[in-house]
Amino acid sequence: MGTTQMKQVFGMPEAMKAEGRFYCPGCGHGIVHRLVSELVDEFGVRERTVGIAPVGCSVFADLYWNFDVVSAAHGRAPAVATGITRANPNVVCVSYQGDGDLAAIGTAETIHAANRGESFVTVFVNNAIYGMTGGQMAPTTLIGQKSTTCQLGRDPAIMGYPIRVCELLQTLGGVAFLARGVVDSPKNVLTVKKYLKKAFQYAIDKKGYTLVEIVSPCPTNWGMTPPEAMDWLQNNMLDYFKPGVYRDIGEEATVEVEPGN
Amino acid sequence: MTQRIRCAGFGGQGIVLMGRLIAHAAMVEDKHTTFFPQYGAAMRGGTANCSVIVSDGAIASPMVEEPDVVLIMNGPSLDKFEPTVKPGGWIFYNTSLIDREVERNDVNVVKIAANDVAEEVGTSRAANMVMLGAFSKKLGTLDLDTLMGSLDVQLYGKGDNVMEMNREAMRRGAALVE
Amino acid sequence: MSEKIPIGEKVLMKGNEAIGEAAVQAGCRAFFGYPITPQNELTAYMSKRMLEEGRVFIQSESEIAAINMCFGAATVGERSMTSSSSPGISLKQEGISYMASAELPVFYVNVNRGGPGLGNISPAQSDYFQATRGGGHGDYRVIAFGPSDVQELYDFTMLGFDLADKYRNPAMILADGILGQMMEPLVLKPYEPIPDLPSKQPWRLGDPSTPDALLITSLILNPGGMEERNFMLQKKYETIIENETRYEEVMTDDADVVIVAYGTASRIARSVMETAREEGIKVGLFRPITIWPYPYDPLNKLADRVKNMLVVEMSLGQMWEDVRLAVEGKARVHLHARTAGGVPVQTEIIRDLKKVLASKDGEIVRNF
Repeated sequence: MGTTQMKQVFGMPEAMKAEGRFYCPGCGHGIVHRLVSELVDEFGVRERTVGIAPVGCSVFADLYWNFDVVSAAHGRAPAVATGITRANPNVVCVSYQGDGDLAAIGTAETIHAANRGESFVTVFVNNAIYGMTGGQMAPTTLIGQKSTTCQLGRDPAIMGYPIRVCELLQTLGGVAFLARGVVDSPKNVLTVKKYLKKAFQYAIDKKGYTLVEIVSPCPTNWGMTPPEAMDWLQNNMLDYFKPGVYRDIGEEATVEVEPGN
Repeated sequence: MTQRIRCAGFGGQGIVLMGRLIAHAAMVEDKHTTFFPQYGAAMRGGTANCSVIVSDGAIASPMVEEPDVVLIMNGPSLDKFEPTVKPGGWIFYNTSLIDREVERNDVNVVKIAANDVAEEVGTSRAANMVMLGAFSKKLGTLDLDTLMGSLDVQLYGKGDNVMEMNREAMRRGAALVE
Repeated sequence: MSEKIPIGEKVLMKGNEAIGEAAVQAGCRAFFGYPITPQNELTAYMSKRMLEEGRVFIQSESEIAAINMCFGAATVGERSMTSSSSPGISLKQEGISYMASAELPVFYVNVNRGGPGLGNISPAQSDYFQATRGGGHGDYRVIAFGPSDVQELYDFTMLGFDLADKYRNPAMILADGILGQMMEPLVLKPYEPIPDLPSKQPWRLGDPSTPDALLITSLILNPGGMEERNFMLQKKYETIIENETRYEEVMTDDADVVIVAYGTASRIARSVMETAREEGIKVGLFRPITIWPYPYDPLNKLADRVKNMLVVEMSLGQMWEDVRLAVEGKARVHLHARTAGGVPVQTEIIRDLKKVLASKDGEIVRNF
């Protein structure tokens, strides 16, 4: 029998570290981290990419990503990304943010970076809860959903309503691409990757602000097993946070702002 | 020699410009100088004042507590600053807008109908230049030509007409005290 | 002014604008600011000059965003700057603390106004504690200059950028509304960097010449890790104290009493000194130029021969505490303090000087 020629069909992206493994079972962050790493490789920009790790579970993104990382103050990632890409437009910047970071403490930074048409990729992981601090109510926590700071369930009369970020940002002039995906199946993961790819392309081409929202499970803080969490996500979150493309200015168009120099 | 000067009037009379011109001309004449405007919420029509120090030597404090000279463009400013002038100092005031006499008798008083003279030149907006011309001629702190040179720098980009009107207002002001 | 910047020449400029031009000359790549009185001329100046130079100017959505934009620019090794006045500087403390911890350079300016709270827009020095004790949360220090004229605003802006880079630490100017608003002739010196500025290449992010993944963070959760970093930072601060403490002594040799003052207050004090000496009162002036590092040792030496010091400040005894720390009980430290727009008046300081000279052992003269 002759030697079999083995061809590698799947492996670790160069932009991903082999040792990074610490998210809870069933968490979506690991999938999204990997998608970002794959795209960094596919665009061939690993050495000029800067990832921003926010405050929250993904503050440890540097343990996964094999490219430069800076950890920003809570909510300030869009301002830090603005500083990075304006000061050095050659840098490809990925601002990775959770729901508390992006839609609560960092709402102002998010809206204004979007409005200025800053050219970085925003990866927005929406799991409807604060993870690292122990399951508190997030700006995206659903009505009736329980958390450690709304133990009887979110009551909109007291706590307001869950914020739909894509819909909120849709009207802003500086936005080039907005989409919402979900990491609940291989097919949908590939769709998320397609969205992220477009966001990377637009950011590299300085077309304006890009954001991909990813609806993602947090079994630990939802108090569920991973399969239960996936069911709950599909049966509850997707009705309120509807997947799809919310804005795409098209590859020819450029938003009408000067994205740096 | 050190001269501490305060210019005062209402917003829109070009009070800050008066101070800047004195400071700039002083620098051109190689004197030491500081200029400090009263600053506040941006507003037109309120009171405005600034202080300028012109000196042969280094200036320590830029604050003018007891001015040697006040250039007063409206009534409320005379009320406010008349008591602050150093005994033996000078009060120049705009009689076009102020119809009272200076009450103090331990200071020198120079009356200038600044708005009326400026209108003869073409615009009452040049009243501040009339006052500056009178001040520089009377006290000799700065050369009139230097002030006019500073006008070119500080009003850079204004039309020839405006510049000439301002220069003429300065000359007329100087002529009033000759 | 900006049609042609006459570098090397003497010009008449506002303090706020002199800071801006110095930053442009020193190679500031990006300015991020938010409006607040009395520093508005600086942001306005930069909005024009930075774009003329093809550099970055952003009027940010908040002071918090502005300092975090500086944070971003610093991570990729570019010089950046922000400026504000007291309430805005409070907001920036978050980012400053993060940058001090992550050892990122930034230069910023506080044109101090009256506080606390919204306060007023009048000149004050009441952010002294904030400037000299770090300002935000955690164990850290920032290099802080207390300039007293427009030339020093210009010179220390350039030096501030250099020292921030040299020590990878935030550096700032604490000015006040008088310095920011006043005009004075200054020489627009050409920028000359200090010798031996280290390259940023080994640590800056997004630089293809360093392909290994680098991390800039102020989060250290492993046991003992943060303490270790803080001790390392402390060592750096001690080097800064050794190398960068700046001060000026004027006519202290024969002085019976020495006024200690910085910034605008020191200029008023200098006038007081001149007048008082004409009256036969032997007054000297000790002027801290850096308020952190503070010239504790020189003041301590001075206290060996001068037994009375009068602190003149536009804050309620904040620097007074430092002078008392410095003299270690060897001299009596008196206080003439004004606040929130109160500017020290020469005649009142001279009155207090006379009280000091007539005072008995153990007695402390205060104006309030």
